[in-house]
Amino acid sequence: MKVTFPHMGHLWVVLKTALEGIGLEVVVPPPCTRRTLELGVRHAPESACLPLKVNLGNFLEAKELGADTIVMAGGVGPCRIGYYAQVQREILRDIGCEYEMVVFEPPDVHFSEVLEKVKYLNRRPWQEGLRGVMLAWQKACALDYLEQRVQHLRPREAQPGRVDAVFQRALRELAAAASRREIKRIVRQAEREMATLPLHTGRTVLKIGIVGEIYTVLEPLVNLNIEKRLGTLGVEVVRGLFISRWINDNLFKGLLPLPSHDPAKTAPPFLNHFVGGHGWESVGDAVTFARHGCDGVIQLAPLTCMPEIVAHSVMPAVQEAGGVPVMTLYLDEQTGEAGLQTRLEAFVDMLYWKKKRDKERRSAGAWGYFLGVGRGS
Amino acid sequence: MKAVYLGIDVGSVSTNVVALDEQGKVLHTVYLRTKGQPIQAIQEGLRQLLTALGKDLKVKGVGTTGSGRSLAAVMVGADVVKNEITAHAVAANFAVPGVQTVIEIGGQDSKIIILRHGIVTDFAMNTVCAAGTGSFLDQQAARLGIPIEDFGRRALEARSPVRIAGRCAVFAESDMIHKQQQGHPIEDIIAGLCEALVRNYLNNVGKGKEILPPVVFQGGVAANAGMRRAFNRALGTEVIVPEHYGVMGAFGAALLAKDMGLRESAFRGFNLTEMEFKTGGFECQGCANHCEVVELREGSRLLARWGDRCGKWSNAVAV
Ligand code: SF4
Repeated sequence: MKVTFPHMGHLWVVLKTALEGIGLEVVVPPPCTRRTLELGVRHAPESACLPLKVNLGNFLEAKELGADTIVMAGGVGPCRIGYYAQVQREILRDIGCEYEMVVFEPPDVHFSEVLEKVKYLNRRPWQEGLRGVMLAWQKACALDYLEQRVQHLRPREAQPGRVDAVFQRALRELAAAASRREIKRIVRQAEREMATLPLHTGRTVLKIGIVGEIYTVLEPLVNLNIEKRLGTLGVEVVRGLFISRWINDNLFKGLLPLPSHDPAKTAPPFLNHFVGGHGWESVGDAVTFARHGCDGVIQLAPLTCMPEIVAHSVMPAVQEAGGVPVMTLYLDEQTGEAGLQTRLEAFVDMLYWKKKRDKERRSAGAWGYFLGVGRGS
Repeated sequence: MKAVYLGIDVGSVSTNVVALDEQGKVLHTVYLRTKGQPIQAIQEGLRQLLTALGKDLKVKGVGTTGSGRSLAAVMVGADVVKNEITAHAVAANFAVPGVQTVIEIGGQDSKIIILRHGIVTDFAMNTVCAAGTGSFLDQQAARLGIPIEDFGRRALEARSPVRIAGRCAVFAESDMIHKQQQGHPIEDIIAGLCEALVRNYLNNVGKGKEILPPVVFQGGVAANAGMRRAFNRALGTEVIVPEHYGVMGAFGAALLAKDMGLRESAFRGFNLTEMEFKTGGFECQGCANHCEVVELREGSRLLARWGDRCGKWSNAVAV
């Protein structure tokens, strides 16, 4: 059995470690490229959303490397992810691409099924398998930690691209790491290198929160490298979605002491219940980011993504109440780079002016107060 | 020597050049079709500018905008490179101080910009429907055999505009043909078409935005009297069409360059109209992305490369 799985950002490092940990031979699909997208688009229904298409491309490319089994996430609730796996299975069969599919549904609904499937895949004594899974978890945390450093440094580094180079190397090393000690060493080394990078002096850095559907947020092929683009424009990106947090929220049911999204607390009154996908979290996170002083929020979603459309429809209210501009970007295989770049630049310009004006107003207000004229202008 | 500021707007349909004097007054504007050849269009634009203003110019600042802004910037040596939303907002605010809403409809895309107290607070560009309003109007005028210049004027003669389904260009066209066959007067059909396009714009681009006066209407389509009236009626307020409505992007870019208050511009000189620029390209085989890398050369000198997703080529050229 040679297993493969779909790409989503650097999730592959985590999945590879976990699956190898339980004794499986793993084929990591080639990195997502235009070719992946083209392969997927060719065989998927046109109206399917983008993640389905890219996943399909991943499977076809992994097949070329000899994979014969797919590990795929399923889902419940009003989002199409629930039947992705089934649709993909049919498409693959139609084009004569032989694959076995092991689909994991969320554990709260089908817990015994999950155990069944793990038992089916597992090739090692339980303790050893568990060790591999723990290692994968540690890697997820290490990667997410380093990525946050990258998000902080991108707008501040004087030579764009250097912090990403450090991160990419650490990513490769982490993929190969075999022990907790090694992971720690790699993280420390990367941190040290990041600390020596030359920085801009006196650049105004804006802060933008990214919310949206998890796949479009985490996969740079699909979002056209939005975080890098924003970094170059002088923006520090923050987001609530990280692989480690997603695992914690979804698989460990938030047992670990990590900051988790808590849409039930943050999203109302704008949106009072689960709407599928990450729609509820998108609204909740937008509110959180507004409260924590972000200058703006960008919502990302694949074109036609239903949960995000619901979230989108309440964003004007969030914008109004939170005083934070929200821009929604729908992405699909037709999204042009020039159009995306124009929107990002304009959004950043706008936030920059707003920040400047608010500052001027505040100082004008303070002066007015001193002069006994009263606050504000 | 006359001091001027230049603004260059390179879009997929048109390329515009504007020259301003030190007060921000427009000295000359050039409007050209890009025809897929931005380099030639930029050179031609500058040549026409020289013919109109004489050779005795001192360029004190250059700004570029539009989807070809980076190419134009490298080619002419720009001091500021800005996205078209910002450039349009700056120009509208200069032409009509205190403007709160900008409606911009060109050949291929349309946008709405919301300003409050002189700064942009919100904007949107058309996304889903690719058919540009400008090109669509051109097409329909041609189909009805009416010169586009008269098209809008005819709309004003309408007695009772017919209702046309404006959800998208395909629907609109077939509905128009249907209404024609029913025997509605052509004026009423044209006016109905304008109203449908305005509804479509307000529902798709302007959705959820608070449209407050003064409203500025700019871009090529603002020339159309029928569209102007349809907006007036739909919004219940007068839309103002500024004098240089067709070249506001270039105007804004020039204003931004002027605003920088530079002592020395990076402008490479008007002899660039005589230089030989070439774009070439190749497909990188470095990975499965197979990026189409484009390069700009002046003679044999490599000025810039772009189009790569990984930065392998664009980072290698120091501009
Ligand atoms: S330019 Fe970079 S991303 Fe594009 S094909 Fe070459 S190596 Fe791949």
